[in-house]
Amino acid sequence: MNGLAAILLKEFAHIRREPGTLVFAFLIPVLQLTIFGYAIDTTIEQIRTVVLDLDGRSASRELVEALTNTRTFRVIERVHDEESFERALVSGRAKVGVKIPPNFSERLLHRERATVQVLVDGSDSQVAMTALNTANLLGLNRSLRFGRALADTVHVAPARDPFGAFSLPVEVRPRMLFNPDLRSASFFVPALVGIILQLVTLFLTSFAIVRERELGTLEQLFVTPVGRAGLLLGKLLPYAIMGFLESLVILLVMVFVFDVPIRGSLPLLLGLIVLFLFTALGLGLLVSTIARTQLQAVQVAFMIMLPSILLSGFMFPREAMPMPIYLITFLIPVTYFLEILRGIILRSAGFVDLLPHIVGLAVSCVVILALSVLRLRKQLD
Amino acid sequence: MSSSQEQATVIRAKNLTRRFGKQVAVDRVSFDVPKSAIFGFLGPNGSGKSTVIRMLCGVLRPNAGRGEVLGRDCATDSEAVKRRIGYMSQQFSLYAGLTVAENLDFYGRIYGLRGDALKRRKSELMELVSLRDRARQFAGHLSGGWKQRLALACALVHKPEVLFLDEPTAGIDPVARRQLWDLLFDLSASGVTLFVTTHYMDEAERCTHIGYIYFARLIVLGKPADLKRLREVTPHGTRRCELTCPDPAGVLTGLRTREGVRDATLLGETIRLLVDNTLNDADLLAAAGGSSSSASLRPIGASLEDVFVTLSRASIEEGRG
Repeated sequence: MNGLAAILLKEFAHIRREPGTLVFAFLIPVLQLTIFGYAIDTTIEQIRTVVLDLDGRSASRELVEALTNTRTFRVIERVHDEESFERALVSGRAKVGVKIPPNFSERLLHRERATVQVLVDGSDSQVAMTALNTANLLGLNRSLRFGRALADTVHVAPARDPFGAFSLPVEVRPRMLFNPDLRSASFFVPALVGIILQLVTLFLTSFAIVRERELGTLEQLFVTPVGRAGLLLGKLLPYAIMGFLESLVILLVMVFVFDVPIRGSLPLLLGLIVLFLFTALGLGLLVSTIARTQLQAVQVAFMIMLPSILLSGFMFPREAMPMPIYLITFLIPVTYFLEILRGIILRSAGFVDLLPHIVGLAVSCVVILALSVLRLRKQLD
Repeated sequence: MSSSQEQATVIRAKNLTRRFGKQVAVDRVSFDVPKSAIFGFLGPNGSGKSTVIRMLCGVLRPNAGRGEVLGRDCATDSEAVKRRIGYMSQQFSLYAGLTVAENLDFYGRIYGLRGDALKRRKSELMELVSLRDRARQFAGHLSGGWKQRLALACALVHKPEVLFLDEPTAGIDPVARRQLWDLLFDLSASGVTLFVTTHYMDEAERCTHIGYIYFARLIVLGKPADLKRLREVTPHGTRRCELTCPDPAGVLTGLRTREGVRDATLLGETIRLLVDNTLNDADLLAAAGGSSSSASLRPIGASLEDVFVTLSRASIEEGRG
């Protein structure tokens, strides 16, 4: 532990002198959280829609109105010929095209099946799926209305509700747990805590040692009686403290700005944040042993961040991934941490519920730290 | 080192060898450095100078042989060695973002100085290298010469008995170089042993002892004056002389191809020659431009540069043979 105090004092002097580090550590994460938290909104509404109404009578107008009332669609253009209809879709001005045939009203009147064509731009699969589901549901609803009107006239119904009104025989009644409003912020923001925490600690620590190597001061330090433990701890501790303070800030923003309360145990959450911090610091240290220059450090850190964002379950559900990639996700430490964050914050999960993930995180922490310390020691000799 | 008065050996290398993969960076290097000597360690880039220093400082383990500093083994007892040596590296290796005083504080604390002791030592050092007026300046804003003074002060913070300096004057101006050397002489006078690598011949002349390493092997070792008198440098049957003549550059080409001229090199307005005694002065003056009125010739001794050039060539030929 020789020289630990000297190195700690020096690191804090560096941090104080370089406001950039503090901005990177505190301001950027809050900004990121705010931007991501508001921007990543997977509730899809107001899809731009073009309508070609060749019928134009009340039945078709009612249909278009019902379409707009779903809020999923927003009619941006009404055209009167096939060519403009197609142009609107091909140019990308509209994502959905609704084409009502000229005989729509007549066919309904004569109790014949009327067909409405809905063309969906499949480029963005999430938008397309939403449009498809809403359009199908709308068709079903309107058909039911006709069915109900008919059932009332002939006094025959497949089933009746307690008030004796026409009803469908089977009613499915889903109830949303944990996130009843289906707010995407509740899903993304807790995970963002993990991603941002890793991003900042990884970059800060990977720089801390590479910079000394690049400056030549690392060589100078080896000639002094500074011990390896003192050197490592002196370099990591300031960033561990910064990382922890930063997670408190992010949690505050999450609770008070995004209105995502922490349902589970706060001490458990903080304890596991510390465990994850050491894992992320270990990753930074590992980057430091691989990179020779600060530029290389950035590149290697990005190589680690990319799978952490894409494959950890932050953006896309892991269960939906192909088997080989699903297996790879178990090698990414932040995967376990995201499960833990969502579990504690949203579902009030306890230690036992999260045990598999906690074990996963603990194992990655030990492996990464051991690997980086070994590599560093080998380089110094 | 058979000096008249026997001084205690402070640094001892014995068959020091280091390989990086298949490359032999240092090959069986041996030397002794007595107390308060200024040992100049010379050699081309990549010849193994820094590797020797790193082994003696206990940062790098030798593959064979051993290094001793102050009687301690550099490899097995490196922590004890590190407490008693100072090291100043070739590139500026201080924290540019910290002030002069903060850099000194940092190194002082590393060596365990606290409170008043640290304050006192810091003050002494700033006095020694005349940095007091710049105590609050950022190290990164100092000019080259001042940076080197600060680096020297940091290396001296724990009053080391041995100081290793790896090209301390590379890239700084002549005045700053001179001032740095004056500081080094003072240190040597106060009993500190100095181990300096350099590329400058005038700096080599200032050393009390010299070692020249060439392609991983130490090929010259001794005091500057003794080295210049070595028989291999001016072999039997040859002599060194200096030719002053108009258009020396033009004359040089002709001389170089001439039978009996072993070495010819330009130094300002003159040509320094190593020639066989079979060539007499008149032959040389004739070669210098016919009318000998404006040309003159005088015998000279070998310079350190002559020593290194001649012995490097001999070493290459030996390697071929």
